[in-house]
Amino acid sequence: MELLSPADWAKQQVKSVQDYTIVAARSISSLFSPPHYFGDTTQQADLIGFGSLPIVVLTGFFTGGALAQNSADTLKRFGSLTLIGQLVSLGMVRELGPVITGLMAAGRNASGMASELGSMVVTEQIDAMRALGTDPMKKLVTPRVVSTVFMLFFLTIISDFFGVAGGGIVSAFLFGVDWHQYWSTAWQILVFQDVFLGLAKPVLFGFIIATIGCYYGISARGGTQGVGRATTQAMVTSSILIIMVDFFVTRLTMTLFGQ
Amino acid sequence: MAGPPLFAGERKPAARPSATITLEFAQVSIAFEEKQLLEGISFRLHRGETKAIFGVAGSGKSTLLKMALGLLKPDSGRIFVLGEEITSLGEDELFELRRRVGIVFQESALFDSLTVRENVAFRLLEEGQLPDAEIEERVREALSFVELEHTVDMYPSELSGGMRRRVAIARTIITHPEVLLYDSPTGGLDPVTSNTIIELLVKQRDVYQTSSLLVTHRLQDAFTMGTHYFDRAANQMRPLPAGARAGVPMSFAILRDGHIIFDGNLKSLRETGDAYIQEYIS
Repeated sequence: MELLSPADWAKQQVKSVQDYTIVAARSISSLFSPPHYFGDTTQQADLIGFGSLPIVVLTGFFTGGALAQNSADTLKRFGSLTLIGQLVSLGMVRELGPVITGLMAAGRNASGMASELGSMVVTEQIDAMRALGTDPMKKLVTPRVVSTVFMLFFLTIISDFFGVAGGGIVSAFLFGVDWHQYWSTAWQILVFQDVFLGLAKPVLFGFIIATIGCYYGISARGGTQGVGRATTQAMVTSSILIIMVDFFVTRLTMTLFGQ
Repeated sequence: MAGPPLFAGERKPAARPSATITLEFAQVSIAFEEKQLLEGISFRLHRGETKAIFGVAGSGKSTLLKMALGLLKPDSGRIFVLGEEITSLGEDELFELRRRVGIVFQESALFDSLTVRENVAFRLLEEGQLPDAEIEERVREALSFVELEHTVDMYPSELSGGMRRRVAIARTIITHPEVLLYDSPTGGLDPVTSNTIIELLVKQRDVYQTSSLLVTHRLQDAFTMGTHYFDRAANQMRPLPAGARAGVPMSFAILRDGHIIFDGNLKSLRETGDAYIQEYIS
């Protein structure tokens, strides 16, 4: 591998950020000018949304269960085991539901988008599309961004539900917490700010997953090796960005709503 | 071979006196990562003419074609396509122009998730201006031109390399472009299949008088095009007698070290005294 000077490396990073910004901006601006690819958007929503459903249900359920197990001992020590529903509910809705769903979707979809678009780049299919008068940004990128944002929102709600359910089953069967009490406390603790925070995150995460996946895909160079590299980079970068954005959004929301 | 189809609404290139030059490069240069790939490239492609551009691998042949279609922007110089300077056009304006210019990519570049029908009809489906029945008819006509009607429901992965090139040609000619760009259309193919592809190129040139830019490193392909014509009655390519070859609308250019070192007809190519060219064509 060629060694770069620090200046060249910095320039390369700045250019990457610039190129990514252009891709992200065009994915939004394409929404406001024809043609609109509703069919492609629906197809992507099916692939991204329904395709991710099993992993989201499973990871949500077991994350909620694990959260309940880990919290139970501490709560018992303070004689507050009845609060377990609140803890699991808040943890899932505000934090774990969106983040786990985002990471799962990043692993499955950001890498999938990068490999699909990367393969199209190295086999000149993207150039062919442009040569045939079709804008790849409108045809390939925007439908993926729209469908990921849309479907991740609902996937997160499903993940939250199964997480709370998983926590409930663990609490009831392993720690003898009353099932009805668990659900009523889990439900009652949630306020507008929690739901807002929990549902704002997947919108941002969905945007990150799709734009990062598409950016690395259409930037792929160097044949199959380049596609492999793009796939890995897309997954790693989107996962890191999800965790970072999660931190800042949580901080921002707490500042805004005073929690 | 089936007779060349008369496309629905077949369009002959408009004989505008001001538009006898379909493609022009004027002092075009491009570099990649500080390596100068092409420098000061200038040539013209006249209406109805086919120009074969030779060069060794990595000499910038494919880059030249991509610049002709606006897929790549040159660092300097001007490119005119059908009378319009494309170097200053934005992507949206280029989409309009690309309807009149077709390209056949080196590795066909068929969309592997679409059937042959969907590939060939891609542009028409995207435009959404024609009824399905007419699109189907146009697809059949284009596929009959390349003799691959039976592959209409197949996927590119089910086709041989030669068949994929022919489908790519069908996809390109379905909108009757005025200029065709061929990027090594016979690269990696066996001699028999290569000959079939060249016959299609000659057919397109002689039947539709389409202006073409052919980049290749296979001299024999271009020489075959320069010494043969398409006999529409017999529906096959035939050799021209030696005295009639000057009438073939065919020219040749050679790229070396980023420059065009030769641009002329077959006779002058054979008679040139340049040692590199002599060695190249021998």
